[in-house]
This record gives sequence, C-alpha cells and structure tokens, in this order.
Amino acid sequence: MSSSDWEMVIGLEVHCELQTATKLFCGCRNAFGDEPNVNICPTCLGLPGSLPVLNEQAVEFAMRIGAALHCEIRPSEFARKNYFYPDQAKDYQISQYDLPLNADGWLDLPDGFRVGVTRAHMEEDTGKLTHIGASGRINSALHALVDYNRSGVPLVEIVSEPDIRTVAQARAYASELRGILVATGASDGRMEEGSMRVDANVSVRPVGAEAFGTRCEIKNLNSLRSLGRAIEYEAARQIALLESGGTVTQETRHWDETAGRTDSMRSKEEANDYRYFPEPDLVPLAPDPAWQERVRAGLGAMPADRRAVLVSALGGSPTDAETDQIHAVVDLGLDSLVTAAADVGAPVALALARAANEVAAQSEAALQLDPAAFASTLVMESSGKLSATQSKAVLGALLERGGGDPATLALEMGLEALSSDALGAVLDEVIAAHPDEWARFLEGEDKLMGVFTREVMQATSGKANGKEVAAELRRRRG
Amino acid sequence: MTTAMAVAEAVRSGKRSAREVVDEALAAVAAGDGEYHAFLSLLPDEARAEADAVDAAVAAGGDPGPLAGVPVALKDNLCTRGAVTTCGSKILEGWRPPYDATVVEALRRAGAIALGKTNMDEFAMGSSTENSAFGPTRNPRDTGKVPGGSSGGSAAAVAAGFTPLALGSDTGGSIRQPAALCGVVGMKPTYGRVSRYGLVAFASSLDQIGPFATTVEDAALLFDVLAGYDPLDSTSLPSQAEPALAQVHDGVEGIRVGLCRDLVDGCAPDVVARVQEAADALAGAGAKVEEVSVPEFGYGLSAYYLIAPAEASSNLARYDGVRYGLRVDAEDVAAMNTATRTAGFGAEVKRRIMLGTYALSAGYYDAYYGQAQRVRTLVMQAFDRAYESYDVLLGATAPTTAFDVGAKVDDPLAMYMNDVCTIPSNLSGHPAVSVPFGTGAGGLPVGVQVLAPALQEALLFRVAQVVEAGAPS
Repeated sequence: MSSSDWEMVIGLEVHCELQTATKLFCGCRNAFGDEPNVNICPTCLGLPGSLPVLNEQAVEFAMRIGAALHCEIRPSEFARKNYFYPDQAKDYQISQYDLPLNADGWLDLPDGFRVGVTRAHMEEDTGKLTHIGASGRINSALHALVDYNRSGVPLVEIVSEPDIRTVAQARAYASELRGILVATGASDGRMEEGSMRVDANVSVRPVGAEAFGTRCEIKNLNSLRSLGRAIEYEAARQIALLESGGTVTQETRHWDETAGRTDSMRSKEEANDYRYFPEPDLVPLAPDPAWQERVRAGLGAMPADRRAVLVSALGGSPTDAETDQIHAVVDLGLDSLVTAAADVGAPVALALARAANEVAAQSEAALQLDPAAFASTLVMESSGKLSATQSKAVLGALLERGGGDPATLALEMGLEALSSDALGAVLDEVIAAHPDEWARFLEGEDKLMGVFTREVMQATSGKANGKEVAAELRRRRG
Repeated sequence: MTTAMAVAEAVRSGKRSAREVVDEALAAVAAGDGEYHAFLSLLPDEARAEADAVDAAVAAGGDPGPLAGVPVALKDNLCTRGAVTTCGSKILEGWRPPYDATVVEALRRAGAIALGKTNMDEFAMGSSTENSAFGPTRNPRDTGKVPGGSSGGSAAAVAAGFTPLALGSDTGGSIRQPAALCGVVGMKPTYGRVSRYGLVAFASSLDQIGPFATTVEDAALLFDVLAGYDPLDSTSLPSQAEPALAQVHDGVEGIRVGLCRDLVDGCAPDVVARVQEAADALAGAGAKVEEVSVPEFGYGLSAYYLIAPAEASSNLARYDGVRYGLRVDAEDVAAMNTATRTAGFGAEVKRRIMLGTYALSAGYYDAYYGQAQRVRTLVMQAFDRAYESYDVLLGATAPTTAFDVGAKVDDPLAMYMNDVCTIPSNLSGHPAVSVPFGTGAGGLPVGVQVLAPALQEALLFRVAQVVEAGAPS
C-alpha cells in the first residue's frame, strides 16, 4: 500500500484561556507575563480550608464560545479530575466531566466543510513548571520552579469530533476557531503565549474503511505550523508501522519541534485513572434561558460573516490573492478599515490590498488606526490626489503617530500628486538624460517603460502618479 | 465555670474585665490540661491582646458584642491566621495559615476570645481522639475513658471547664458524639448555614462547623454568631438564620416528637433508658410523642463510609510536600510525594484514603460511590417522609457511654459503629443536637439527640432546652 491508500482521522482538543479580569475561582488577577507568584491567594494555591467561588464573567465568556460554535448550552456540573502533579495546587483540577456547559455544536471551515464540536467545557488552568537542568526536559531536570500565577486561570476546552481528514483541514479548523474565539471577546487566541493550546488526536485507516484505527494524542503544538508538521509526521509513522505489520499503541506523544518528530510520553496502560466525581465545593451551573438569550443576542459577527461582507463588497468573486487578503484582514480584525473605505467610495480591492499589506505589516499599531482616516487616505489615492507611494507614506505616518488627519499630514510631508505640466517637465529632463533608451523605446522596446517610470519617480520623490507617467509615455510615442 | 451568657453579661456591664476572664482560663488550662490534653496549642498573647481590646471598647462605652470576653476553644482544623493549625496530623505540623476561617472572624466580631486550638482525630477521622498524631485526649469525666471524637479536644475543654464554649466540626457525628461522651451540649447546624471557609476539609459535602457549650442557651447564643451567608463558600445558604436564642424558651406545647426506634434500638440499655426518660420529659412538657421507624437510617453507615472516604481521598491529595507542611526528600517528585505521605499520615487516614480511592476508581465508581449517593438520596427522602408527621425526631446520640482508652483502636469497624446514630443527619444535611441527659453505668454521661428539618435550628434548640430542663440533676 502507498500513503495514498490511507486516510487520516483527526480530532482536535483546543484549550483557550479566557481573558477575564480575575481567575476562575478566586479574585486574583488573571494576567500573562507578571513576576512569578504575585497573583496568588489561599484558593489558587490550594491551601487547606480554601474554597472555590465561580467567576460569573468566565461563565459568560464560556457561553459566548458555546453560542458561537452553535452548541446547546446545558445545565452543567463541575467535577474533580484527580491526579498528582506539582503544578496542580490541590492535586486535582476542577473541570467539567459528564455534564459540560456546551455540547453538540459545529464549526464550518472556510471551504464549507463542517467539523462537529462535541463539547466546550470550563476548567481551571494549572500552574507553570520550569525545569532547571541540563536539557530543560523533565527527565534530566535537577529541580523545578513552579509559578502559580496561572493556577486557576479560566479555560474553555473545545473538543472536536474526529471529522477532520487532512492536515489542511486541521490547520483551517484551528485558524478558524482562533478567529471565532477572538471575535467573541472571550480569548486573545495567542498560541505563542499559550493562551490557545492545541492537542491533536491522530489515527489512520485504509481508505474506504469504516472503523477508526488506534489513535495517539499529540501534545506541545505551539503554532499552526507545528500542528501541521506533527500530524504529517505522526500519520506517516503510524502508516509505516502498520505497513510493516506492527500495531499502533494508544498513547500520548510529545511533539519535538527541533527534531521534527513525536515521542512517546506515556501509554494508556500507565495512564492515570482520574477518579472524576462531582465537585462538592461548588453548586451545579445552569444558566437561565434569559441569560443564554442575552449572550446569543449580544454575539457580534463571526469571521465567516465578516469575510462574506468583504466578498460581497468586492462584487462576489474574489481572486485567490484577494481571498488570502480577506482572510488576513479579518484574522487581524482590520476589516472595519476596508468597509469604512468602501462606504466613502474608495475602490474595495485597493483598500483591501492596503489593509492586508501596508497596514497589517504593523499589527500592533494597525488596531489603533482610525477607519475614517484610512478611508480618506484611500479616497485621496483613488482620486489621484496622492500617488500610490504617497498614499503608503501617509498610511505609514498615521500608523506611526497613532492618528491624525491624512490631508494635513500629506501637506506637512510635502506630498501631493504632480500637476501634468510639472510631470511633463520632469519627463523632458529624464528623456534628455537617456537618449539611447528613448530611441529604443520609440522603436517599440516596451520594457523600457519601467525604466522611465522609475526615473520619474526618483526625480519626483514618488510624487508622480505611476499610471499618469505610463499614459504620458505612450502619448509621446504616439 | 459560669456560662458564656454570664461571662459576656459581666464583661459588657464592666463587672469583670475580659483580661481577667482570659487569664483565669489560661491558668486553669495550665493547671489542669496536663491530665486531659484537650489543647494542642494555646494563643496566650493573642488572647490577652484581644481581651484588652474588648476591655478598651467597654471602657469607651462601646459594645464589643454578644460574646464579649468569652474564651472559646477552636478545633485545630479551623484556620487561624499566623497560628499553627495541624488537623492533628504530622503532615501539617507547624503550618501557619495566612488567613482566618470565616467563623474565627465571626467570633472576633462578636467579642469572643480564641484561647487555643484543640486536639482531634487526625483530619477529623475517628470517634475517640486517639487518632491524633500528638497523643490522645482523656475524658474529663473519667480519664480512663475516651472523650469521643473527632472533636474530642473541644468537648473536653468545655467539659473540663476551661472554656464555656468551643467550636468543632461534624462530618459523621464529630461534634455530637464527643458532646454525649463528655456530658456537654454539641450541635451540628444545617449544611450551608455556617460557612466552611477556613475549615480544613475532610468530606466537603458532609462537613459542618458547630458549637459546644455547657447549656442549650449558650449553644444557641454561639450558633447565632456563627450562622450566616458567606460569599466565600459557594455552598453557604443565602437565607438569613432565624435567631435561635430568642426562641429558646418557647417550650414544646403541641410539638410532634417522633421517638425514632432506629436511633435507639441496638444502643446499650442505660442509653435506651435515658432516651425514654427524655421522651417522657418532652411529653410532660406538652409535646405529642410517638414512636416512629425510619429503616433507611440503617443503611446510612455503609453509605457514609464510601462517600466520606471518597471525598477525603481527593481533599487530602494536596498534602504532597510541594508547597507547605512536611516534606520528606527523595530522588524525584513522585518519590517525594510518596515518602512525605507515608511519613506524614497516620494509619486511619491512610485507610480512608485507600478506601476512597478504590470507591472512585474506574469500573468501581458506580457500584460504590454511585450506589452510596443513591442511598444518601433514600435517607433524605426518608427524613422528608418522617417530617410530614413529626416536627422533630428524638434518639440516642451514641450507642454507649464513653469507652475505655485503647478499647477500640485495633477494631476500626467497632469504632465506626459509634457514628451509627449521628450519620443520617450528615447525609441529609439536617441539623441535630446532643443534650446531656443523666448518666449511665459507672456514672458516665449519656447524650440524647434531637433532630430537626433543614433550617429549623430555632425549633431544635427549643426542644433541646426542654430536654435539658427535664434531665435528672
């Protein structure tokens, strides 16, 4: 059999940290990047006698995620997941087990492929261990440091059905889910800071087979790139194993980004029995229908809706490049710039390109950019008042200064498009300086058009409009 | 020793200083506790400072509260800020909590003075206070006998006259049974009526803090101070407690009392006789007394000994040597956890952790923990049916009077049987009180138990008051 005779079966488990002001069960600050062990109290340290009290904002965020994933929001219950680990303050984690808050939803990938969402439940995060030792790996560590700032940070774990069949789908799912999490306001979705963490359950089966193969769970996937590489590697490993007459052992495997491989962490046989039971320190959680209704009604537009708005603004059939730009702009939350520009009559394709390239390049400043300022810059460009180069310079200045009036900025910067008289004079000088090239151009050597345009641009510091230069060159050739 | 009511009255009116009361109590403990070992630690400096603050408030014309200057003994599973809290275990030896339990704050607001921390069975697991890692407590009525447990130190402190009041915790009878064996009043409130915040957990769904006192009136006074909603405890009940003290003398005219055969039959003859006399006393005071049988109570003990250890196995996981308490070093973290827990926990705690771990294990959960929860529901429903016909139930607190030190330490099942009459109220979450009622063989005290529906503490104390008044002096 070759690899094309096999099919991957993939399910993803995504943990996302909720961006509440305080932790899930106590009043400590929920913040990333503080000094270790400053945001702690008896409850999130698991001190004897401490008790958890549920954070209402966390429930609200969890419900938003459930609603955005078309889940049923149900009466639920917290449970204790018991296992010993030094980053686990109580040596049990408060999670949800057989009665999750959100269940039976779905997520549509941009290409329309629907992935089932089994559940999206609430739980608390653990502390963070840093192993101090030769390799930084747990096995060779000399000692470990524990930071409990993260202990008790609210999480929602979103478990997909094993509906995913390709690496591209897995990446699209994670990316789309990230966009949804950000759109709900529940999470910042930052994989690099660990506020969104993805585990992949991977198995393979012969194409056409009904039954699932034995799966392995892959952990430590810190980017969409590792997600794709790890699944690719793991599926190939399983196929090679099966084709050589072996069997796959159900186990948890660790993705080693540097080595580009997965390694066994623990097998199912030695896995913990978590001894789940209902958390007696908390009462059941059953958000009333009115609250659910408020959450559903307050949900803003999701990424798919926002992409559809841009597609229709473009007239309905975007090019591949435009599709990529639409994804980029929506992922970064810059689609309001494009719609603002479109609203005042700027060409949508141009606004999309500027937002996806020049603006997106400065992602931090981009979110502060005033849509009205962006829109009027684009109008100045499309009406010929600013050349493309000048327009980009004005956008750059707006981003750098964190605001301003584009027309005033353009004046200050000495940026205005050349009059046709001035352009003619510059062109005369350029032609006089390059007589040989001009002769060849007149004989039909079209590629020299670019040379003359560049020269004019240089001579005018980019004030000339490229299209007008080309038009004038063609006019003079006759 | 005088009652808490009398002490508070004297202090509030300026007849006695709180400082004098506290000094006398400390002197009494110093003189007498060598024999009983009711206390694990004392708080002399803190107690004197708090007493001085109470006296200053009185001098300034203020009211320091209903327990002004009253010394109170605290079971050593209640967190006291900066003061050692051990739960009777080596694993927490020397641990100083950075915070006060909600009940400790409530006592302070009421003007009471925390005098010290009392001995207990390790993590409240036991019925004789012999499971303390720091040595047993002796019964002040007869030092050859156990004081009961697990709150044996608190019961003994009140019985010995060291403090008029004490706090205990009751998971399966740990306040009521030692109260009965030591001849004092001990009461378990409705689950959720008193905050558990700062009570080191044994079995979270069963644990409840409650008062010890020498009189029913004093117990009601202390209950009123303890009860109330606490936003730090999610299982705390939002309803406001009806003050119990104000109604304590309202009598039992027309009250329907069910003398519960299942809480009497099987007890020692001297205990059975006293319960019957208490029933007669209630009838004599105008109550309607009838016999009732609630056979479901018979299943309570088995259900309890699955649910409580299951919760305990999880609650006690945190004593792993990582953050506080004992640490026994070993080659890696898992080995350190094991070494610490092996050295730090006593035999009974280990037994219950293993029982509970087993009961929650994959493949056994439904047969053990699940089944026990179903039995718990049956017990609750049985109470509900009984309370359709009766306002309160009456029975024994413990099957026997205090037994000899050492008599049951090697027989866990015999020890567990001590809780057979008290466990149903923990499973249902209902309030119950043990009231001293005469003596049995050897002149040892007998406790009679009154049980009431949820939130009916005021009625419970009314009935208890009549039982107390009818007791042979």
